[in-house]
Amino acid sequence: MRKQRNAAAGPQAKALGLGISGIVLFFLIWEATPRLGLVSDRYLPPASEVLVRLGQYLTEAAFWRDVADTMTSWALGLLIATVAAIVVGLIIGSSRFLRRATHTTIEFLRPIPSVALIPLAVLIFGTSIESTLLLVVYASFWQVLLQLLYGIADVDAVANDTAKSYGLGRLARVRYVIWPTALPYLMTGLRLAAAVALILAITAELIIGTPGLGKQIALTQSGGAISSMYALVLATGMIGVLINLAARIVEKRVLSWHPSVRGEVVL
Amino acid sequence: MSPLKRVAYFFGLPILLIALWWALSFGSTNFFVPKPVELAQTLWTTWIGPRFFDDVLPSLGRLAVGLIFAIGLGIILGLLIGSTRWLRNLLEPLLEFFRAIPPPVLVPLLMLLIGVNDGMKVAVIVSGAIWPVLLNTVEGVRAVDSVLNDSCRSYGIRGFARIRYFVLPAVTPQIMAGVRQSLSIGLILMVISEMFASSSGLGFTIVQFQRNFAIPEMWSGIVVLGLIGLGLALIFQFVERRVLHWYHGLKEITHDS
Repeated sequence: MRKQRNAAAGPQAKALGLGISGIVLFFLIWEATPRLGLVSDRYLPPASEVLVRLGQYLTEAAFWRDVADTMTSWALGLLIATVAAIVVGLIIGSSRFLRRATHTTIEFLRPIPSVALIPLAVLIFGTSIESTLLLVVYASFWQVLLQLLYGIADVDAVANDTAKSYGLGRLARVRYVIWPTALPYLMTGLRLAAAVALILAITAELIIGTPGLGKQIALTQSGGAISSMYALVLATGMIGVLINLAARIVEKRVLSWHPSVRGEVVL
Repeated sequence: MSPLKRVAYFFGLPILLIALWWALSFGSTNFFVPKPVELAQTLWTTWIGPRFFDDVLPSLGRLAVGLIFAIGLGIILGLLIGSTRWLRNLLEPLLEFFRAIPPPVLVPLLMLLIGVNDGMKVAVIVSGAIWPVLLNTVEGVRAVDSVLNDSCRSYGIRGFARIRYFVLPAVTPQIMAGVRQSLSIGLILMVISEMFASSSGLGFTIVQFQRNFAIPEMWSGIVVLGLIGLGLALIFQFVERRVLHWYHGLKEITHDS
């Protein structure tokens, strides 16, 4: 038994080792490029300098305030978008008529890039956090809504009819037939929306100047604090990784009963 | 469904919404909300003419070049990384990290490294739009059917023929899913790169209108961006249906059985 586990862990440990050496290699190349003068260190400071700056940031209260600002708009925007999308999605999805009637409108509104709303946000909200929220909510709303609608379209007609003939009302069918079918799709939508929401939150801060990490990046860039700028870019990447990981964990938790997740364990 | 009914479904809600908008804005003097007729006129006068050639076309050109590079590089690198196990293990955590960096933060970074020019804007689009294609291709290559893989090997199909007739078709659904994401990211980055550092292009023009409080013109710019997004989505749908017609057919069959 033990031997088997070791044998299974072998390739995994090797993969992990390779992965870590990949990261180390990347930082070594980054360190060497400016040191060898391939790129001027005025534009690309050595990795060590940036990492030290990042370490300093982690002890600064102002940095954490910016992180908190960004994460607040991210979380709030995602929450509003998700609730709105679930309500709208269940209403539209529960009726064939509404599904057909709203199709063109949704297909038209969905591809409008959310950044097109930047001027509008500036006009209405200025540089307050609502500007960020407008963009985040608009962008994540469609991700969740579309996946939810796909999910509802996937509901087994026989199961639905069976529920109907057993006298389940509309609400009960939503709860016991439609919701479980649509949940995996909803989680996919949420995972996509979580990443998109971060992109839009940072974008709004960068372009509009609402408080948060994006604004700091713009400020450090125009102020010539280049290693600070690189450190902040690294920080946003780390937040992105954490969000992706968290989204995957939540997805696995919520769908632990679903065959697609259960299957992964068996394989 | 009769054709009449279909047309009614297609145009019903949009017409209803526009009518509502028209009715609500009829007597209003709200500065921020344009009237439908006014907006349509502005759309025509603002964007048809020299501005179309000076701002819209160059923006679209950069978007096209950026997307072609992103998709091409993404597929090639994805095939390479996906089919070499040690390379995949070496690069996977790094790629996950790069994908997680919100692409807009690369705008100030690339501005420094490349300077403010067309190359920078294309680089921004490539650097953001490549990840969905790249990672989806890697994932797809890794998940190819192992029976088919072994069959290929035992028939001695290898090298280019293996990629052309086995790997590429097997991965196309995933690649297309990645391309769909890349398109919207590319469009977003086109606008942002112009808003942040430019003196021409769609993004710049729209921000300029907003700063000058040219509200109807600003709205018309938003509509133009929406139309471009819609156009991209339609092109994608057309291409996807052509490229993946066999896949959709296959899925229908397996779904029914």
